[in-house]
Amino acid sequence: MFCNKSTALDPPFNETGRPYGRLVFALLIFFLTVGPVQAAPYLPQEDGKVLERLPDSPLDPEVKAVKQLKLALAQDPKNLSLALSLARRYIEQGRAQSDPRYFGHAQGVLSPWWNEAAPPVEVTILRATIRQSLHDFDAALADLNRILTLNPQNAQARLTRAVIFQVKGELAAAKRDCLSLMGAADSLAWATCLGGTGASRDELKKGRDVLQPLLAESAQAIPQEKVWARTVLAEVALRLGEEKEAETHFKEALRITPRDPYLLGAFADLLLDQGRVAEVVDLLKNETKADALLLRLALAEKALKAAEFPLHQQWLSDRFAASRERGDQVHRREEARFRIHLTGEVTEGLRLARENWEVQREASDLRILLEAAREGRDDFLLKMGIAWMNKVGFEDARLNTLARL
Amino acid sequence: MAKWIKTLSFLFFLLLGFSASARAHKSSDSYLVLRSEGERVEGQWDVSLRDLEYALGLDGDQDGAITWGELRSRQGAIADYLFGRLEIKGDGATCSIQPSGTLVDRHSDGAYAVLTFQALCPSAWKGLEIHYRSFFDLDPEHRGLVRFESEGGLKTAVLSPVKSIQTFSREDSPRERLFAFLAFVKEGVWHIWTGFDHLLFLIALLLPSVLRKREGRFEGVLNFKSAFFDVLKIVTAFTVAHSITLSLASLRVVSLPSRWVESAIALSIAAAAVNNFYPLFGGRRALIAFGFGLIHGFGFAGVLRDLGLPPSSLISSLLAFNGGVELGQGAVVAAFLPFAYWLRRGWFYQRLALVGGSCLVVGVATLWFVERFFNLELPII
Repeated sequence: MFCNKSTALDPPFNETGRPYGRLVFALLIFFLTVGPVQAAPYLPQEDGKVLERLPDSPLDPEVKAVKQLKLALAQDPKNLSLALSLARRYIEQGRAQSDPRYFGHAQGVLSPWWNEAAPPVEVTILRATIRQSLHDFDAALADLNRILTLNPQNAQARLTRAVIFQVKGELAAAKRDCLSLMGAADSLAWATCLGGTGASRDELKKGRDVLQPLLAESAQAIPQEKVWARTVLAEVALRLGEEKEAETHFKEALRITPRDPYLLGAFADLLLDQGRVAEVVDLLKNETKADALLLRLALAEKALKAAEFPLHQQWLSDRFAASRERGDQVHRREEARFRIHLTGEVTEGLRLARENWEVQREASDLRILLEAAREGRDDFLLKMGIAWMNKVGFEDARLNTLARL
Repeated sequence: MAKWIKTLSFLFFLLLGFSASARAHKSSDSYLVLRSEGERVEGQWDVSLRDLEYALGLDGDQDGAITWGELRSRQGAIADYLFGRLEIKGDGATCSIQPSGTLVDRHSDGAYAVLTFQALCPSAWKGLEIHYRSFFDLDPEHRGLVRFESEGGLKTAVLSPVKSIQTFSREDSPRERLFAFLAFVKEGVWHIWTGFDHLLFLIALLLPSVLRKREGRFEGVLNFKSAFFDVLKIVTAFTVAHSITLSLASLRVVSLPSRWVESAIALSIAAAAVNNFYPLFGGRRALIAFGFGLIHGFGFAGVLRDLGLPPSSLISSLLAFNGGVELGQGAVVAAFLPFAYWLRRGWFYQRLALVGGSCLVVGVATLWFVERFFNLELPII
């Protein structure tokens, strides 16, 4: 009605740009009246129509190995060593693609032992890992505590526990666990664990001084170990306000694992902070499946006023709604950022940031808490965040302005 | 030592990134919708293709893509798998499930097969029991999201391995209906108490009710009865008017943009207050109450829309909400009138409360108008 055929198809023929203006207006009216397009079930017309692309190619040797294991386990579901090895592969896949379905598969594989009070040690550690991925930190810690009471030398349990303590903001406890790994783990792993537990600038620098030379000497270390060390060094640098150095570490790490979701997210945050939004779009334009990365992409697109922004915002909104419908609460940090920085639903964002803070307390959780408190003018929450920083001695160059009363 | 390192090296796969919960997609869900009309049950079950691939293997040619042809050729196996793990019982008697087709749809995390079916229950039933077991053995994080639509309204449940059975009743119990009704009454009262603008409008209109004009000057009315009837007239006019528009807007007969409505409400408050010291409309305050009451009704309707009206109990919810509004309004008037009557003769009431108060109201309402009309946020209020 607003847009006849010639207007839509002809190139602009005068300099006022009116044809485009009309097109935009027509689209606006269309979207206002039609609203978010609701898909409806349909009957595909051709057999060849591709409905879904699987995340991994069936020809991939890793995928083939998983398939073999799955078949073998189906014959013998209570075979512990088969189950452990399959569960580990699922967890690896889940992490590499940041896809929680694989964690569910791992849990299914371990189901003969899952509900036991004291399953075999290896199962318990994987159960703790899966519980951690569901943000059930207390249950995960209970599992690990049990193992460490029986055998304080279990390095795997101790390292996993150190990371959970770190996520919960219990940096002193994390540090104790990392320190006790000295000699038990190889030195790079030990130093990386320790490097992530610094609270003050002083501690951060000390940790870096230990880790950096060790990384330089460990040319033989496995790639994942190096990536972990680089990531910790980058995050330490960010908290010390050394963005250039952080960028170097991120890029080095991305050279080894270019599609690691966590690395991509952390690096994108640095770029967003520096206003390098076009680079964020370049980095993430093909990573729309991971919610956390889609969020960063949308933040950049919003700043660029990119055409994809409304669509990506809608996707995020749909995905958060779907998660909420099933009763998931693991997305609170991302959703808080979404509400506050993208949709402007400050009250809702504030609630999410507060609830998230009750569960996890990393630098980025603190940041969204403070940002939410400022946006929502919630002095109580702001003071709460600052009080925590003072108590723990937590310093972060990025939070200096945010954490001022 | 070598063993330590081996253990640990595996661990790095696990650890890195966990802390950041760079989660994506979501865990596995299926969406089961059951619509009942009388004893008939129509079902629609959306199941993720990835979950079906994991359980049954759909990718026949191993090319990493699932086509419609591959899905279609496995329809029977899919129905056997799914309906073998779903039981529907009407008042305890198992209903037979008749699959009626397979369609395709997209959800936020990918493509889904949509299975339509009918559940034929052997006898009339009041309660429908769902036993859900699909995928739980393969993925304990799987959830069955069930929607049950019936004359009694919409009910939902999330089914999991620990809670795999859910009973839905076709009609709400009287107790449930009463609670739903009272909830809307409460919302109505609450809205009057917190929606300061309606109160302010009413107070501005009622301020002169305990006074009468003689030779251009105000003086207190002689008896309570005349004040009471004046208030009654105004409150009734306001009530009738806003009930009309509240109903029309809630039933979607008329709709106005909320920015327009909210701005007009602010203007109506200012006009009612101005009338107290500068006769805009003279003494016909009941008429103002009626005219502007129509606009306030649209405001109430906006609140009610945000609450979400259950289609099955539209009228009763509307009545309950309106009743709540009247209750809240009645309480305010009951508190105001004796107080005003008692103070009516003094300088305090005739000058400070009537003129000063009205000026204050004009000020506040004007600010509201500016905020609402120009979509601004003024720091003062």
